[in-house]
Amino acid sequence: MPSYILKRLLSAIPTIFVIISLAFFLIRAAPGGPFDTDRALPPEVEANLNAKYHLDDPLVVQYGRYLWDVLRGDLGPSFQYRDFTVNELIASGFPVSLRLGLSAVLLAMVIGGAAGIIAALRQNTATDYGVMSFAMLGISIPNFVVAPLLIMIFAVNLGWLPAGGWNDGAFKNTILPIVSLALLQVAFVARIARGAMIEVLRSNYIRTARAKGLPGWQIILKHGIKPAMLPVVSYLGPAAAAVITGSVVIEQIYGIPGLGRHFVQGALNRDYTLVMGVVIFYGFLIIAFNLLVDIIYAWLDPKVRYS
Amino acid sequence: MSSIIQTDAAPTQIFPEDAEVLKGRSLWDDARNRLLNNKAAVTAMIVLGAIVLLVIFGPLLSPFSYDYPDWDNIYEPPSVGDAHYFGTDSIGRDLFVRTLYGGRVSLMVGVVATIVSLLIGVAYGATAGYLGGRVDNIMMRIVDVLYTVPFMFFVILLMVVFGRHLILIFVAIGAINWLDMARIVRGQTLSLKHREFIEAAEAGGVSTPNIIRRHIVPNLLGVVIVYITLTIPQVILIESFLSFLGLGVQEPLTSWGALVNEGAEDMETAPWSLIFPAVFLAATLFCFNFIGDGLRDALDPKDR
Repeated sequence: MPSYILKRLLSAIPTIFVIISLAFFLIRAAPGGPFDTDRALPPEVEANLNAKYHLDDPLVVQYGRYLWDVLRGDLGPSFQYRDFTVNELIASGFPVSLRLGLSAVLLAMVIGGAAGIIAALRQNTATDYGVMSFAMLGISIPNFVVAPLLIMIFAVNLGWLPAGGWNDGAFKNTILPIVSLALLQVAFVARIARGAMIEVLRSNYIRTARAKGLPGWQIILKHGIKPAMLPVVSYLGPAAAAVITGSVVIEQIYGIPGLGRHFVQGALNRDYTLVMGVVIFYGFLIIAFNLLVDIIYAWLDPKVRYS
Repeated sequence: MSSIIQTDAAPTQIFPEDAEVLKGRSLWDDARNRLLNNKAAVTAMIVLGAIVLLVIFGPLLSPFSYDYPDWDNIYEPPSVGDAHYFGTDSIGRDLFVRTLYGGRVSLMVGVVATIVSLLIGVAYGATAGYLGGRVDNIMMRIVDVLYTVPFMFFVILLMVVFGRHLILIFVAIGAINWLDMARIVRGQTLSLKHREFIEAAEAGGVSTPNIIRRHIVPNLLGVVIVYITLTIPQVILIESFLSFLGLGVQEPLTSWGALVNEGAEDMETAPWSLIFPAVFLAATLFCFNFIGDGLRDALDPKDR
């Protein structure tokens, strides 16, 4: 196992390299620069600013310096938020995004998993069709449509929940964003769990358990749920990536001070270092998360052996 | 395909009364029957057809153009009387026409970008799968590396960097969506490769590009069709996502995502400006997903 983990970590190096290079040259190809304002700066001031941030060096030199900085874990100063480094901005925004994302994934696992398993146990009944129709609805309605609709119903019309803002993470403020973010994942997990559970119910060891005369609920709890959740676990990687992307929109809609909002604002303001920092950080995160999921998978499924 | 098994002109009929029963059914006949028996898929096809017709011809039913500001009727609720069937927006533009124009853009992006991803994905996957060995290894390693890249961020960057250009949207979305297609096609190709008719073609001296084009790609058709119907809604979703962030098509042209974004800002004063585009977008995605599911059940005999 340790050698497998090492191999996976080594194979992540080219990925990270591709991510850094793509982000670097793409954002530098953008017209305009980080110091553009409505009134043109005096040329001397602009030259001084460029010199301070080394933006007057040849692009290749800047690229080399940036790679070296990233290697040491330094993502550089932000161009827009002058008093902050990108590391500090990520450190302040990420906990917020993490809380949203983790809650959404957890909600999706529990509710989606339960709904899918129940649908499988009641296959081809009204319950089954109900759950699956709801799942299809969840897959078809994008989160940026769900979010305004939820705001319209629960904040504007009913007045039960705040329409936006973070309020230092008060529980009431987190409900709507988490639900908007989780809905799509709930739907996906429900479909996957249902398919897996149907497969499990047809397998020989379940028939053996039945033949031994074990009560139905015990068969499901002891022998059914774990193997049925395996495909759900392997969906966790893509789910995390989707939640991260979704958070860009959700944070924008609800005005939440997380990382996703930094990214869009940073890109619009040509805040080179901030944009690259967020992309690299999320790239790392997705790779690490995928590795973690694979390890959990091996632990859950004794048939899987990595070498 | 069915021409080989035609029985009606057979010279020797041993059991003439069974001739009707023996009539050959191709894989495609089977699939079509199964699809037409799937009520959800048929309903979805009808609804989607209606949406497409409405999007194409609907604007002719309205006296307004999509960018005409009717200053006397700002935030007009939906009414048949003054021909603003879906109401108007903050500067009096007719939302019925704008929703349908938005639909044209969204559907067009969905289809064109899917074709882009299809071409790249099928070419890449078929080549990797057919050539196999080291080439396959390297090509699939590249796909693996690209899989972990957070592409949505790069699409956003692309739009910010190069401006909001319709063609760029096609290319950007198509270019990130080919990975799944390449993987699926490669897997299918690998299993096709060792079939007798491929060996026969090789023995007959057909060149590799010709084998891929004439024998591999046509046999991938079933999988690819299913995948297309599942990719189009994804692409429409990405496009609306970009438009929602203000990075998609440029004003006064619009798309469903852009309309939902504007509607979300005005939902307290003009809820109809959110509801109509949202319903159209959701209904379209809903239909595509149902058709895709139905096609998969119809074309995949293993799943019966």
